[in-house]
Amino acid sequence: MTRQRSLLITGAVVVLLGLVLLSLAVGSRAIPLADVARALTDPASVDPETAAIVRGTRLTRTFVAILAAAALGLAGAVMQGLTRNPLADPGLLGVSAGAAFGIVASATLLAATGLLTTIWFAFGGAALAAVVVYALGSRGRGGASPVKLALAGVALTYLLDSLTSGLALTDPEALDRYRYWSAGSLTGHSNETVLTVLPFLALGAILAFGTAPALNSLALGDDVAVTLGRRLGPTRLRAAIAVTVLTGAAVAVTGPIVFVGLVVPHLVRMVTGPDHRWLLPGAALVAPCLVLVADILGRVVARPQEIDVSLVAALLGAPFFIALVRRRRVAEL
Amino acid sequence: MAPKSGRTVSAPGGLRLSRRRTAFRLVRPAVSGTVRTRVLVVWLALALTAFLSFCLAVGIGAGDIAVPFGEILPALWGSGEPATLFLVHELRLPRAVVAVLTGAAFGMAGALFQSITRNPLASPDMLGITQGAGTAVVAAIVLGFTGLGSQALGLAGALTAGLLIYVLAWNRGTTGYRIVLVGIGLSWICVSVTYYLLSRAEQYQAARALGWLVGNLNERGWDHARPPALALAVLVPVVLLLTRGQRALQLGDDVAIGLGVRVQRARVALLLCGAALAAFATAAAGPVLFVALAAPRLAQRLARAPMPPVTASAWAGATLVVVSDLISQRLLTETVLPVGVVTGALGAPVLLWHLARSRT
Repeated sequence: MTRQRSLLITGAVVVLLGLVLLSLAVGSRAIPLADVARALTDPASVDPETAAIVRGTRLTRTFVAILAAAALGLAGAVMQGLTRNPLADPGLLGVSAGAAFGIVASATLLAATGLLTTIWFAFGGAALAAVVVYALGSRGRGGASPVKLALAGVALTYLLDSLTSGLALTDPEALDRYRYWSAGSLTGHSNETVLTVLPFLALGAILAFGTAPALNSLALGDDVAVTLGRRLGPTRLRAAIAVTVLTGAAVAVTGPIVFVGLVVPHLVRMVTGPDHRWLLPGAALVAPCLVLVADILGRVVARPQEIDVSLVAALLGAPFFIALVRRRRVAEL
Repeated sequence: MAPKSGRTVSAPGGLRLSRRRTAFRLVRPAVSGTVRTRVLVVWLALALTAFLSFCLAVGIGAGDIAVPFGEILPALWGSGEPATLFLVHELRLPRAVVAVLTGAAFGMAGALFQSITRNPLASPDMLGITQGAGTAVVAAIVLGFTGLGSQALGLAGALTAGLLIYVLAWNRGTTGYRIVLVGIGLSWICVSVTYYLLSRAEQYQAARALGWLVGNLNERGWDHARPPALALAVLVPVVLLLTRGQRALQLGDDVAIGLGVRVQRARVALLLCGAALAAFATAAAGPVLFVALAAPRLAQRLARAPMPPVTASAWAGATLVVVSDLISQRLLTETVLPVGVVTGALGAPVLLWHLARSRT
């Protein structure tokens, strides 16, 4: 098992590096890999335009993709462990929509600008949505069953989307930014964006990795976890904060990308098993691979136009989701 | 003993008349049942509300001139001043009729879906039916179909989505549970394809499609009213015939089988009826969110029924859409918000109220 796990981690790192190179090379203007390497190591040796494309737009874009994807993959894995629900995903359970609503509301109602300001509203919206969905989905007999949580999440997503577009429609300037942001996904960011969200993502990741042993205990059931010496409240709170921070920061940059957080933990779990100490790093490494593949596909398929990474991710992820639901074992969880 | 012919109301041990329900048994045809007074009263009240809001829409709908309340009914029948008649018949009536028809269809579809899946939060717009229609209609707009062509494609899209959900959820039989989750997955696929089509469309096509996608009643004429009217005329009797299966499914698969209902057959029939209703409504007015979710909840709560009452849900849906459309036209005059945004804002409290109170 340990060998498989180590193989997964090293394999993911290797694949990720390859994908990074590919992501720098592929686009509306294809650049040979040799030139990419030279542009990275010695920018003076290639023509300035190539250097600008590789080091400027594409490198930033690739960084944004890696950071956002790692955050969403981690958030999904933590959510699935926390809710003991195989269908938990920041997008599916409305947390991303909450963050999006927070951002648009701050832009239209409070005229907030700048990533550093709006990111706090993204956190607020994400936290609110998470609390509401969990509170609504866990009421009644049977607790937070997968189907109740999913429905509460979808319902809240539609509600928030409707409110978000309503707010955006009342303010043409905000609508413009909102449309750009909600579809803009990975493009149009500067290195400052990356530097702004990096501390938040690091904090979220540290919190998430820290909860791994506790999540392992929680997986055995609340009673057993208590017997093993875990305090349920603080553990859940820490995990929830990690999910909120990771999702909020990712959504503030890229807009909502669904299904990454759902699919990746399942893929990783097939190799690592249910141990969160391996699952969480695995998810944080495999998710960027998936998103980069989706992003590269989106650039290649409709050349010279591009398809948003969120669309490709949904198209790749949804069939997986349906296959997951069809499996009897999951359906009876 | 009851007489051999004629319809008499009788019951073993005499007719029981109580405030809550009245049991009756007819000898020919051999039908027995109970009439719940409360359900009947709620049904009538909701029908009246729907009719009143319809009159209101005709009276103070599009345009600046209000038609006095006394003149609305005569004008509907075709008597009155020419100017009033023009205002009513050409400008307001088509829109109000489309609003009533789509609202009724959405309400009914929602009631059916909530019964099939035994889940009060399931509705065609959560399960991908509406999104299937949306994808097809946007594809139609991008391909250059107009009018009836796009409506037919919308219908095809919704029915395909309904069938796909059923087929994909089939794994040695289906359960309401799997239908819900597969539907959610399918709806995301449809949304993605729709946005992809939008990004490939010409500017004017994208604008048209976007205006339609939020649920819009602007510029609706008689052409838009005919398909949903026909659909309701055909599907409402079918749905009423299927009521027995619907009731049984509400009790759970095992009990329904015990009652002699062919569970899978009843479920697919109800699913297709619901999908068709939602499809026609979506093709006419776009996906008006939350109506299919909120209307059945409202009707069921008011009637205190164990399952969403089908026709009462239709009235509630009609009222919701007509009133929302009036609000979007009259109260928010500065920005023309599409009706879908208003139904979202009105339906959301209903949803939260329900979620907060539900015990199952």
